[in-house]
Amino acid sequence: MSIARFWRETPRRYNLGGSKCGRCGTVYFPPRAVCPACPHHRETLAQMAPFQLGGEGTVFSYTVVHEAAEGFEMQVPYVVALVKTVEGPILTGQVVDVDPASVRIGLSVRATFRKLREEGKAGVIHYGYKFAPVEPGNGSALPPRRTERAVASAPTGADRTTA
Amino acid sequence: MREVAVLGVGQTKFGELWDRSFREIGIEAGLEALVDAKLGSGDVHALYLGNMASGSLLSQEHIAPLILDYAGLVGRHLPAIRVEGGGASGALALHEGYLAVASGLYDYVVVGGAEKMTDVADATANQIASATADHEWEVVFGATLPALWALIARRHMHDYGTTREQLARVAVHDHEMAGKNPLAHYRNRLSVEQVVGAAPVAEPLGMLDCAPLSDGAAAVVLGPLEVARRHTDSPIRIAASEVASDTMAVQHRADITALAATAAAARRAFARARRAPADVRVAEIHDAYTISALLALEDLGFAEKGQGGPAFEAGGFGPGGRTVVNPSGGLKAQGRPFGAVGVAQVVEIVRQLRGEAKERQVAGATLGLAHDVGGTGATSVVHLLERVN
Repeated sequence: MSIARFWRETPRRYNLGGSKCGRCGTVYFPPRAVCPACPHHRETLAQMAPFQLGGEGTVFSYTVVHEAAEGFEMQVPYVVALVKTVEGPILTGQVVDVDPASVRIGLSVRATFRKLREEGKAGVIHYGYKFAPVEPGNGSALPPRRTERAVASAPTGADRTTA
Repeated sequence: MREVAVLGVGQTKFGELWDRSFREIGIEAGLEALVDAKLGSGDVHALYLGNMASGSLLSQEHIAPLILDYAGLVGRHLPAIRVEGGGASGALALHEGYLAVASGLYDYVVVGGAEKMTDVADATANQIASATADHEWEVVFGATLPALWALIARRHMHDYGTTREQLARVAVHDHEMAGKNPLAHYRNRLSVEQVVGAAPVAEPLGMLDCAPLSDGAAAVVLGPLEVARRHTDSPIRIAASEVASDTMAVQHRADITALAATAAAARRAFARARRAPADVRVAEIHDAYTISALLALEDLGFAEKGQGGPAFEAGGFGPGGRTVVNPSGGLKAQGRPFGAVGVAQVVEIVRQLRGEAKERQVAGATLGLAHDVGGTGATSVVHLLERVN
């Protein structure tokens, strides 16, 4: 993936910048240009406002991946989950700092800023959100890292609509 | 709109065809279909070719004229059009061919589907297939195509009590059916224990829950129903050809335990044909992963919502069942050459409706259904085919 292609999504991948429909109030992640929930969705074109997700949510579904996606080969087995955020949108992301066998539907998690993958030894390193259990020791194989910071506390970047 | 009939069918063996090139298999299927339709090359008006990823897999785009060229049809400079919709590319190509004949623009068209998956390493082929999911918001975060279907499976198990064994039974069924299909990639029998005990891919799905990476091609010849008797003793009418779409990413669906695109395509198809799921005697359904088949049974109307697992376990879809599912062995056992699948499904249904399916013939089949899905369900295509008496 080219540097520009990843870089242009950093407001979303680093800071969970979504959008909210000014007509019906539905929140979207990633941000959308128009609101699919509004019956006259064309009228929402100019009314989609940037909206920051807090990063809190619960596991809606999960899988333990053994045959990795490209760039994730060194992480197997790893957990990929659908996380339902408190604001509504569901996000796809890894659940980390946890024993994969202890992940359950309903587990409370919080977004955390991590390295996603790297393109070989000399390539670009991709960063973005993953999720970790809210309760320390809730099946966690590792103690929470002191350097870890929740995405929710990250500065809110200027947002714009995904092309 | 004119009524459209399938006049001829052709299909290569599915499998790891290391000694055969993309163009070889594409031409074999197309020429077999033309011979079957008693048509000469001078009668063809257009080619529609379903293919998912020849550029990524073979470094070869622009394949529709390539196949037309090597099929010996280039002299008349016919339209040759590639159609892409992930794993549903073949079924989408058929939809386009159907529209072309129905509209009256062309009389005879060849619809092909072809994919060569084994000229790259398995891991590479799987990554290319995962490009049919949302790369920016699913794959970048570690998801693969089987991982996304596993998310669907886990939630289906949670909401409806679907069991690991019920998933496994889909693979067992498909392999049993493929034992009677000489073109199938895998013809060995499987046990539930083997499927459950296989190496995990994306839990709860294991190696034997996932359709293989196959090479293969299939083709059909379409023409106006009114002249079909000139070409075949058993014309098969396309009673409905319906395409529907849904959100690209699983995460954006209101209910991830159903494919809304499949339900929409099926609803439209049955309405257009004025038929109901109970009228379908034979069906080829999308079973790229075992969970896919259970969802398909529910979304197509063959089982109650959430009851795909128990319905399948009860044996209602095997030989002698009310609706026999995947007599070819499905994607799981006949094989999964992505862009060829949707056309191959129709080839099997046509052979069933003509009464030419030999050992795997479903008795009394007059109405058949073919169901193909792209990615995790952003595209779904349903065809209803009917024997004309």
